[in-house]
Amino acid sequence: MGVHDRDLNKSPHVSDEVRKTTCYMCACRCGINVHIRKGEDGQPKVRYIEGNRDHPVNKGVLCAKGSAGIMQHYSPARLNKPLLRVGERGKGEFKEIEWEEALQLATKWLEKPRQEDPRKLAFFTGRDQSQSMTGWWAQQYGTPNFAAHGGFCSVNMAAGGIYTFGGAFWEFGSPDWSNTELFMIFGVAEDHDSNPIKLGLAEVKRRGKKIIGVNPVRTGYNAVADEWVGITPGMDGLFILALIHELLKMGKVDLDYLLRYTNAAYLVIDNPGGADHGLFARDKAGDILVMDRKTGKAAKHSKKGVKPALQGECKYARGKVARPVFQLLAEKYMSDDFSPENVTERTGVPVSQIKRIAQDLAEAAFEKEIVIDQPWVDMKGEKHDKMIGRPVSFHAMRGISAHSNGFQTCRALHLLQILLGSIDCPGGFRFKPPYPRPVPAQPKPHGFAVAGKPLAGPPLGMPRGPEDLLLEEDGVTPQRIDRAYSWDAPLSAHGMMHMVISNAHAGDPYHVDVLFMYMANMSWNSSMNSRGVMQMLEDKDENGDYVIPKIIYSDAYNSEMVAYADLVLPDTTYLERHDCISLLDRPICEPDVMADSIRWPVVDPATQAEGRDVRGFQSVLIELGARLGLPGMTNEDGTAKFKDYADYMANHERKPGVGPLAGFRGKDGKSHGRGEPNPNQIDAYIENGGFFEAHVPENAKYFKHANQHWQDWAVEMGLQDGPVENVFNLYHEALAKFQLCADGKMEPVAPETHKERIKTCFDPLPTWYPPFEGEGIDEADYPYHALTQRPAAMYHSWGSQNAWLRQIHGANPLYVPGAICEAVGLEDGDWAEISSHHGAIKVPVKRMDAVNVNTMWTWNAIGKRSGAWNLDPDAPEAKKGFLLNHLIHELLPPKSDGMRWSNSDPVTGQAAWFDLRVNIKKASDQTGPTAPQFPAQKKTKVAPVNIEYGKEWN
Amino acid sequence: MTSLPTETTGKKLGLVIDLDTCVGCHACVVNCKEWNTGGYGAPLSDLDAYGADPVGSWLNRIHTFEVTPEDAPAQIVHFPKSCLHCDDAPCVTVCPTGASYKRGEDGIVLVDEDMCIGCGLCAWACPYGAREMDPVENVMKKCTLCVDRIYNDNLPEEDRVPACVRTCPAEARHFGDLGDPNSDVSKLVAERGGMDLMPEQGTKPVNKYLPPRPKTAAAVEPKETKTKKLDSKGFLGWLDKTLEKL
Repeated sequence: MGVHDRDLNKSPHVSDEVRKTTCYMCACRCGINVHIRKGEDGQPKVRYIEGNRDHPVNKGVLCAKGSAGIMQHYSPARLNKPLLRVGERGKGEFKEIEWEEALQLATKWLEKPRQEDPRKLAFFTGRDQSQSMTGWWAQQYGTPNFAAHGGFCSVNMAAGGIYTFGGAFWEFGSPDWSNTELFMIFGVAEDHDSNPIKLGLAEVKRRGKKIIGVNPVRTGYNAVADEWVGITPGMDGLFILALIHELLKMGKVDLDYLLRYTNAAYLVIDNPGGADHGLFARDKAGDILVMDRKTGKAAKHSKKGVKPALQGECKYARGKVARPVFQLLAEKYMSDDFSPENVTERTGVPVSQIKRIAQDLAEAAFEKEIVIDQPWVDMKGEKHDKMIGRPVSFHAMRGISAHSNGFQTCRALHLLQILLGSIDCPGGFRFKPPYPRPVPAQPKPHGFAVAGKPLAGPPLGMPRGPEDLLLEEDGVTPQRIDRAYSWDAPLSAHGMMHMVISNAHAGDPYHVDVLFMYMANMSWNSSMNSRGVMQMLEDKDENGDYVIPKIIYSDAYNSEMVAYADLVLPDTTYLERHDCISLLDRPICEPDVMADSIRWPVVDPATQAEGRDVRGFQSVLIELGARLGLPGMTNEDGTAKFKDYADYMANHERKPGVGPLAGFRGKDGKSHGRGEPNPNQIDAYIENGGFFEAHVPENAKYFKHANQHWQDWAVEMGLQDGPVENVFNLYHEALAKFQLCADGKMEPVAPETHKERIKTCFDPLPTWYPPFEGEGIDEADYPYHALTQRPAAMYHSWGSQNAWLRQIHGANPLYVPGAICEAVGLEDGDWAEISSHHGAIKVPVKRMDAVNVNTMWTWNAIGKRSGAWNLDPDAPEAKKGFLLNHLIHELLPPKSDGMRWSNSDPVTGQAAWFDLRVNIKKASDQTGPTAPQFPAQKKTKVAPVNIEYGKEWN
Repeated sequence: MTSLPTETTGKKLGLVIDLDTCVGCHACVVNCKEWNTGGYGAPLSDLDAYGADPVGSWLNRIHTFEVTPEDAPAQIVHFPKSCLHCDDAPCVTVCPTGASYKRGEDGIVLVDEDMCIGCGLCAWACPYGAREMDPVENVMKKCTLCVDRIYNDNLPEEDRVPACVRTCPAEARHFGDLGDPNSDVSKLVAERGGMDLMPEQGTKPVNKYLPPRPKTAAAVEPKETKTKKLDSKGFLGWLDKTLEKL
């Protein structure tokens, strides 16, 4: 045959049109090009989805989930019509109703609590990407009982970072991939955020720089890391503090950086038993004091020319004694408690590895300094010729945060970064706009609900100290249904969604009238103790009424939670809706780029299936707001202020000139950041590829926490209203205040029950204490750890109905370390019984050796309730898949005093998923299915058998 | 039996897959499927898609292996596998109808689906298991190297690469002419010690794999360093001296 031998159309027609929007197949929010082509029925159909090359998040690439968007959009699990429950809760028996009836019903149910006691509405929105709007709606309604899923996700990471240095990983910052010399990644299972990390790892690899992965499981990013630290779960803090121990002993800390940007020199009052012990020493005017190295006397920290000491003891104000933060820090971390020899057994990390990694960090930071020829001026007015960086960078996520010691562990990691001088410098960690945003620049939480009135401010925020707790007049009883901002979890900045149903069921602190949820699979994979939660949702009181009287739920798919709703509001798919990925919310910026984006209906739902009658949840919420007459959503004449969410996106102003979308503002669409609403703003976004970006000026790119150019630009762009001082908190005074409350020295005094744990866990210097679940059980009964991680190709339960993704992850074995398999007599394919203090499950086993020797694990949220998501009741997800959730209780094992504490971090309320302790044995019955099993949920629709997607175009 | 091309341009289009950066995320797998199900030939179907035993055809799959070296901790290797567009392609020579063929102009191995009788001989002959019979269409499917993308005038020039390469977030996939020693992909193979998959099979695969770079084992000892105690001669002395120099 010759060179040109057969006919082949090498330039076939691809698509009729490309529409650019934002992905929603996970929380990464990449830009996508949706190719639209006419289908067999003449209606527009999705031909192909690819990454948008111009988009700042993904720069053209797209992951497996994003690439499977077609199957998500055309999933047979889609809900098509509002549903009203007709059978008992849990069975999935509904009748279809019209939207008008649904909206009238919802309005009626919501009206009563608003007029009587707005707290009786618990409004929680799960994997919501519109929290600035849903939170605002809750505020206008007047209920403090609002949060999204952060409390059971990664609030420790966010709070630990923001309280320490005014930033955090992922949405608030990222490694300086193109300049870093050494990158360390802790507890990240291929998500948060998905594509930027993969792009970044590729760049670090291309540059030949080293990657160290710290994770009990060596898959994904840890598989490609140059070095793996197979840490024991819950011990990361100890490992990090041992690295700090080594760095201090080597004298490898950046003192200049510490003096400039941190509270290292601040004097801490040493007055054990006194009401001021542990607070910063202040002068009469309230200014914080440091000790002048020359004179040994106290001086204002802000005084020009003062050279503060980092060690010693200062007597001030008539014999009071105070010592610099750094002195306390050196004493704490240089002690043998944190020596590699003393932590090696608990962490599972060899002494040699701890010491060598400390040396690697020191070498990269101090011997490979990066200098960028870029003059800049700091906020004190000092001019700098260059930007000098310590090129060591870190990233971490749920692996270190989903523990009861996670807040302090996250603080410890940030302390390590700060001691190395590597926050927002070339080669280090970089803030992403609108960050840095330290606690003083964040809202406070608001409670004190009043019937018929909005709250004074947003329900969620960052408490400054004990004075911002949301407690009833007795100083003890929580105001919120989830007990957030109470003594249980004072700094629960994202709320505690995982406690809502059990608290509402127990009536502790009170019962609710309506549970209103969006996109949160609380009767399954998003709850601890899933079986118990299902029961709570089904339970009735002595009158035969449900204990949780009304449940309204909005979802796009027939998830497990749908079966428990009384009223189901069918949401659109992500290709049929308006959304704004707002700077007021969880931003999508990159360090050099301020950005936000939209979703818009690239296809009209009415054309996407016969009888499809769905509405975007946010539009429905705005309409409900107008029907309820909520301020901000209603005109003076009582009419609706916004037609729908798109109208809100373009015309709502959070403050004059600042709205949900930052780009193309002003009547002419030429203002950015600040400007009047632009009625054509959405069109401008569409024309621009679905997003807006503005580039951070060169002289503002680094040291943003102290950079005058950054401050000026941030004010100009509407990110902040004035300069924001940001002193990194090596030592956190608010935590010292809580300790004083626990000591009875400060108001409000902590209740007796909470005193001991506040004293232990609220150390103002980052610390480590053993995870709670392990302390509450006998180690001999539950000698092993068990955890889940999210696969790169599946996002929570959303992917389960996806015909393509379920072929990759349709069932999940438990991966068991080889040594445990040998000890217990397990081989691949065997069935094992896994038990915890709470329950037992039966699962299929697969041996694995690239894992911490005491840790077994599985993929997250693959297991499904039989029949859910309109899958076959015998689907592998139901019969060979399982959840670890059945082993995890929302409460810890009972203590000797009979108290049962929430299975959460005591500081932030973060759900402690990864504290789980288990035992394993070969199951007596070596046949499936997995256990527990539940009666099949009724399908809302019969799914097609086979798919031949795209056949009409071949 | 079908012949391999007797005249060629010398061009050998193919993929270079970097096992050092592949994190096993399946982006290439799924993006390949979504492009190709609406593209070349019959769709890539899914049998029992929402049922108890869903099976679909895919042109590219990721296999995950655990390696347990004696002197280092066990590790995971992610291994994407699709047709390697072999120079001596046994799947072509075994084809009874001439459906399976290798293009002389660029070396891409294709199936002419109009001629395919679904006998499956080519899949048996391929030592890599890189061909899959579509479970619904009963036609043999395989990687086309996105022949309907790489020359497609309807796509922007920068997008004229296989879908898997276009989408890979870890930049673990590279596309180019491996017949040209000066191409970027050939240089990459030379620099990184790119390897043939199962060379003993004599298939002369065009695609190449770049091996993972060596790892640091936990047991590697630290350097000897001087450490300081927390006293005036040690850490505190260093502290004061260093502060004076600032």
